[in-house]
Amino acid sequence: MNIYLDSLTTALQLIITADAVLLEIISLSLRVSLSALALSCIFGITLGTMLAIRSFRGRGVIISIVNAMMGLPPVVVGLIVYLHLSRSGPLGWMGLLYTPSAMIIAQIILITPIIIALTCQMIEDLHEDYRDLFASLSVSRLSAIKAYIIDARYSLLTVILAGFGRAISEVGAVIIVGGNIDHLTRVMTTTIALETSKGELALALALGAILLAMAMAVNLAATWLKHLAKRRAYA
Amino acid sequence: MPNSLLPITAHQVSIIRKGRRLLNSLDLTITNPGITMIMGPNGAGKSLLLRCLHGLISSDEGEIHFGQKPMEAKIRYRQSMVFQSPTLLRRSVYANLAFVLKDRRMFDPAKIDHALNMVGLTHLATQSARLLSGGEKQRLVLARALLTDPDMLFLDEATSNLDPASTKIIEDILRKVSQASTKIIAITHDLGQAKRLADTIVFMHQGRVCEQTPSDAFFDQPISKEARAFLKGDLLL
Amino acid sequence: MLRLFVHYVLAGIMMTGAAMADSSIIVQSTTSTKNSGLYDYILPMVKADTGITVNVVAVGTGAAIRNAMNCDGDVLLVHSRKREDQFVADGYAKQRFDVMYNDFVIVGPASDPANIKGKQNAAEALTAIANTQSLFASRGDDSGTHSKEKSLWAAAGIDQAAASGQWYRETGSGMGATINAAVGMGGYTLTDRATWINFGNKADFDIVVEGDERLFNPYGVMLISSEKCPNVKAAEGQAFIDWLISDKGQAAIASYQIAGKPLFFPSAK
Repeated sequence: MNIYLDSLTTALQLIITADAVLLEIISLSLRVSLSALALSCIFGITLGTMLAIRSFRGRGVIISIVNAMMGLPPVVVGLIVYLHLSRSGPLGWMGLLYTPSAMIIAQIILITPIIIALTCQMIEDLHEDYRDLFASLSVSRLSAIKAYIIDARYSLLTVILAGFGRAISEVGAVIIVGGNIDHLTRVMTTTIALETSKGELALALALGAILLAMAMAVNLAATWLKHLAKRRAYA
Repeated sequence: MPNSLLPITAHQVSIIRKGRRLLNSLDLTITNPGITMIMGPNGAGKSLLLRCLHGLISSDEGEIHFGQKPMEAKIRYRQSMVFQSPTLLRRSVYANLAFVLKDRRMFDPAKIDHALNMVGLTHLATQSARLLSGGEKQRLVLARALLTDPDMLFLDEATSNLDPASTKIIEDILRKVSQASTKIIAITHDLGQAKRLADTIVFMHQGRVCEQTPSDAFFDQPISKEARAFLKGDLLL
Repeated sequence: MLRLFVHYVLAGIMMTGAAMADSSIIVQSTTSTKNSGLYDYILPMVKADTGITVNVVAVGTGAAIRNAMNCDGDVLLVHSRKREDQFVADGYAKQRFDVMYNDFVIVGPASDPANIKGKQNAAEALTAIANTQSLFASRGDDSGTHSKEKSLWAAAGIDQAAASGQWYRETGSGMGATINAAVGMGGYTLTDRATWINFGNKADFDIVVEGDERLFNPYGVMLISSEKCPNVKAAEGQAFIDWLISDKGQAAIASYQIAGKPLFFPSAK
């Protein structure tokens, strides 16, 4: 199986020569996924925290729904977003189909449930610890939410990473709503799909290796940050 | 200045969980300032009573009054509580104190400096609170509880895990604070501490108050037979 | 941290705005044309001559037509004559222009289990495949290639759908993915010549059947009707079509070669 060797050589070649097309694709991948991640985190972490610390009727049902949504197939999300953003769909007037914004929207729908569910789990643990204290101090709900998010920040890093991983590696949704248009909506994963369909398997694998390397770099950075925090006992 | 939260009256207070009366038609009146210590065997309902007085749980039956007025949620702003295991935010020593004042919109660096100085933690202000020793943690928690100048301070076995030196620092602070008109109500299992600090002892057993006696008299000659058995080490739940 | 978030979000939105500049159009087209590499070759010329940025969405012909009917594009460039005529008849386009053609071929493994290598008659070849129950990978995705393939089975008088899941395997995927599947299982498949020539993962596969008149594969291009779809950029879309069928465009299509072989033949009248 010298395809691995081939693809590794190809990957190194692409990186060393700073291939312009590759850089464009990587940069778009990052911009789309980071935008989606940012918005998902703003909604997801807030909602997840509220879900963790408030008790109300139907909370269990909501948590079950969110957990189930974590398993949404990207293709289904892509299809739903397509139907809404299509010119003949309800949001067609916005002209967002086949743009990076459409890809961002699809990724937000994909990763927000993950962010909510994992945040909820993390904050529940912290809530166990802080509940009496905050009640005793009569801390307002808003301050409490803020405090939970700030104090869980290093645990939430793991949550954010999980969301990022899902967003950057997903292909089913972005290929439908983005259309894999060259120089406009072509990202790492859709390029891999395209090169595979062209039978350029070594190149596709090389791109996969680069994607993996990127994901690993991000994870290592986060692990290091978390380790640092643990040593200083903030985590 | 008289303490506006006194007298405390609990009338026929019950807390019922799964059919068991954990507090059982409890009656208690505390009129005197100073330090009241609650004693009694494990499971007597001491912590529940404290939480009830602090409004963390509401009673299923009965009424509680502070200074003739019925209890309300706002009362907590004038009370503080120190729990048995110190809960600290995952932040610096300083930030743990600043959090309380900022939340009440009364942030004042001078107050924090004073509080740190009082418990002898000034040199550790920038350190992570989670890295403190057990004694330092409990001192920080006490400083935090006193930051808001409460009229009433509850302590739930606050020194039970501490060495004698840390215990002494905390006891000295409590004595000073009570002289400055903060009413202190503390649970303790430490007979020595009760003798050193308490003005009055409230003795509880099976969800009720068995007796309330001035400290000297209690250790000299307890009235109830339960308290006598307890002091001899014979009383079980 | 939050400022960074907002920055990224704004960047994302601004990027979209820039991409939607007026001189760009969306062409709904097929995976076979995209995989052939033709667009990568001619679109820079289109941009240089007309200033129009052409964004190509590549799906199966069926999906491309459906997307076009949903007004999600300005121009449709596909290869399924019957459905193109229907598209025009239904009023989704005023006119269909011939633009180019290539042809379909049947490719298969060197072992050639149905013994059809060198045959010219596509229907006979398919009959041999069915009789020997040799594996056949079908697009199965309602694409132009798929409808061509079905018409060939019909011409051979074989009910291939009855063998679906046995020797007849429907991948439900694009052209390239289907060739990958055929190569993976050592079966035959029908592909357009352009995709095949440009395909990177041929293994020991080669063309086994070619040259039948019925394998002719004409491509048509249509401007989506502004009456049905008011958002269509008619001027830019028509400019793109005009360029394709101009002498220059036709010459450009003819000059696209891989390994010295032309992939498409101009056919504008």
